[in-house]
Amino acid sequence: MSAAAEKPRSIRIADADPNAIFQSGLEYNTPVRGMWNIVHTGMLIPGAHQIFACAQGCLRGVILTAAEMNALDRLSWISVSEQDMYDGSLEYDIIDGCAEILQKLPQKPPVVLLYLSCIHLFAGVDFEMILSALRSQFPGIAFVDCYMTPTMRQTVSPAVKMAAQLYAALEPRARNPRAVGIIGNDRPTDEGSELLRLIRGNGFILRDLTLCKDYDEYQQMGECALNLTYTPVAGLAGEELEQRLGIPHLHLPNSFDYSEIAANYWLLCDALGIECPDFSAEIAAADAALDRLYAEIGEIAVAIDFTAVTQPFSLAKLLTEHGFHVKYIIADAAAEDAAAFSWLAEHRPDLEIFSAANVNMLHFKSEEHEPVLAIGQKAAYYFATDHFVNIVMNGGYYGYAGIAALCTLMSEAYRTPKDSRRVLRHKGLGCPSCLL
Amino acid sequence: MKNVSRIIPCYAADTSGVCSALYELGGMTVVHDASGCNSTYATHDEPRWYDMQSMIFISALTELDAILGNDEKLIADVVSAAHDRRPRFIAVCGSPMPMMTGVDFDAAAAEIERRSGIRTLAMHTNGTHSYIAGASEALCRIAEEYTDNLPKTKEPSVNILGATPLDFGIGGTVDSLRLWLHEQGFSVISCFAMGDTLETLRKAASAHVNLVISQTGTAAAQYLYDVFGIPYVCGIPTGQQFPAAVADALKHAAADGQCRFPCAAGHSDEKGEIVVIGESIAAGSIAAELSVQTGKTARVICPLPFDPRCRNGAAESPASEEEIERDLTEHPPQIIAADPLYRFICPQQARLIEMPHFAFSGRCFDTRIPDLLHFDYSR
Repeated sequence: MSAAAEKPRSIRIADADPNAIFQSGLEYNTPVRGMWNIVHTGMLIPGAHQIFACAQGCLRGVILTAAEMNALDRLSWISVSEQDMYDGSLEYDIIDGCAEILQKLPQKPPVVLLYLSCIHLFAGVDFEMILSALRSQFPGIAFVDCYMTPTMRQTVSPAVKMAAQLYAALEPRARNPRAVGIIGNDRPTDEGSELLRLIRGNGFILRDLTLCKDYDEYQQMGECALNLTYTPVAGLAGEELEQRLGIPHLHLPNSFDYSEIAANYWLLCDALGIECPDFSAEIAAADAALDRLYAEIGEIAVAIDFTAVTQPFSLAKLLTEHGFHVKYIIADAAAEDAAAFSWLAEHRPDLEIFSAANVNMLHFKSEEHEPVLAIGQKAAYYFATDHFVNIVMNGGYYGYAGIAALCTLMSEAYRTPKDSRRVLRHKGLGCPSCLL
Repeated sequence: MKNVSRIIPCYAADTSGVCSALYELGGMTVVHDASGCNSTYATHDEPRWYDMQSMIFISALTELDAILGNDEKLIADVVSAAHDRRPRFIAVCGSPMPMMTGVDFDAAAAEIERRSGIRTLAMHTNGTHSYIAGASEALCRIAEEYTDNLPKTKEPSVNILGATPLDFGIGGTVDSLRLWLHEQGFSVISCFAMGDTLETLRKAASAHVNLVISQTGTAAAQYLYDVFGIPYVCGIPTGQQFPAAVADALKHAAADGQCRFPCAAGHSDEKGEIVVIGESIAAGSIAAELSVQTGKTARVICPLPFDPRCRNGAAESPASEEEIERDLTEHPPQIIAADPLYRFICPQQARLIEMPHFAFSGRCFDTRIPDLLHFDYSR
């Protein structure tokens, strides 16, 4: 990299704007594949069949996502040509294509996720008319409008919209006052978390799409008396279900700050009408886990990336407060953890933030690096370490128990190297893969 | 419908073809797109991505810039990245959204070149065509831009045209091909575009003949024929019998300046016992070998763009899932050679010779991409 890059790949946190840490520009794509895409997410609905209508270049990635999941039988496609965009046939091409696909399927699916792309929206496609026509032709199938629209990501990101559309096929049901939903996640919440103990331990039924075994169980999510979200991408799902089915929604961000975790539990207990327990023991256990970990790993540089945890600055603050040498963060913005960002800027001004996609990160991996314990796949790749915590989206961990669990994962990562090359290429961490 | 598929994948797109063809040449390739093209390319279409870094970037197009026609953002970002990365050349290519907004890539490339002082090539992709179109344009542009007018070498020599991992994976076929050509008495001047630098490609005009190993190389071959008079031969010396035909064609082409298409011998319009599905030159070569080995009639189904001269003049081929499935059902062959993901639409009674093709199944069978020169068809 030239000494005076026009768009530097890193910045001291004290010099960074939390809302836009780096200037926008061309972007590089790291060869780490653990984060889920909209195909992985759509596969969560039991029995769902996905149909993508878009250009060949866009189709390729989604089809091969399904192929690597050994799930090609759950995804079909309609390619869009230049001519299709201009000859007035856009809607009918999709309707006819979907009908042909559905007639060829050995079994009719209970729900079809129909994905249109950026160019359809740009051309002003009448999506409602398409859905209406398909619902008339196939009255036993629920059709859900889905979107592969990365160009529109600054309005609503595809991941956020997909998390919301996962629940669009839920039908209204009688409210079950004992049913609580956790929605918008791509993996189950850790069974050891206080969150699940509060729900199940007080006699409530947990409804979570990631645990649904069939379409009937999926539909049971419509009976929830309360929906919880805790990842940033899930918020819209909660809001839309509140609006459409009247299910109250509570967002309890997955923070690493003890007081914020406590506030989340107070909010939840209040919503459930139960007494909030004393979590002193859980806090002490988290502290003890942190202390044990520090005694083991000491001053090794720690790098955290935003794909591993949704609040990397919050985690960095927690670890810093416990003496760890958090030296690097890979993130392009601070959102729910803006307060932690400000704390770090004041107390650890030299903490270095790296862009995840800056073009000057291209050869960063090949540069000389000190030993690093990485939390997340991008950090592992960029800092060329086999010692990393292999999770995405918090790994399902939450609360004080989540902190203790993360300490265990860090300890394991410190002691036992992973085969980075093999692990990082697996697309959609937690999904089946023909590459494994 | 021709544009519908229930279960089989589509081939890699034109943008991936451009990136793959230019990957090893020291340039900076920019796909004007939001994100998907680069992620798809890097994950599914580019086996070199982890071990061999290349300046392949995405413009990260946003809705606002698309609607407002803010091409200045693309131009300024490319110039800025070029300042930081200092590439040998720049290539810019388009995806579906720029197609919708009518981005003028020729004008953008000219402006980038003016500001950066770095040669900038516009590639006319839009994400709706196959990798053949993109790689073909990219390889041809490289030939046009960089081939020096040099005298022919004293000894027989050859260029390999149309080599990308999309068709051949890494190593394997292309490495074996270099050895085979040496064994046939040809020195390899250059390979468009695996394993050689831009400096090496500059010497292409000193070769006596070009060996075109996929349809991605035909446009460059035609250019080198038209401008430098270098004849070309389309075929891959696969198996036991067919290599002799390719070697013979190379020697005669070098001697008489006439282009030859030995791969066309693999295709018969008769509905025979063998079907090979895939890229036309590879599939034709495989079909020719299988036909000789078994004594049975073969035909090629080519779902990708092809030169009819590579298919015995046949200008039409089943291409969509529906057409291929119907063809195989109505005229069931005994043997099918194809990528394993075609198995979903192959008749059960046919024997499938699995020949993974990276441009079709991506990473799914990446450890089994065949070395076509040493493939054992009797397995």
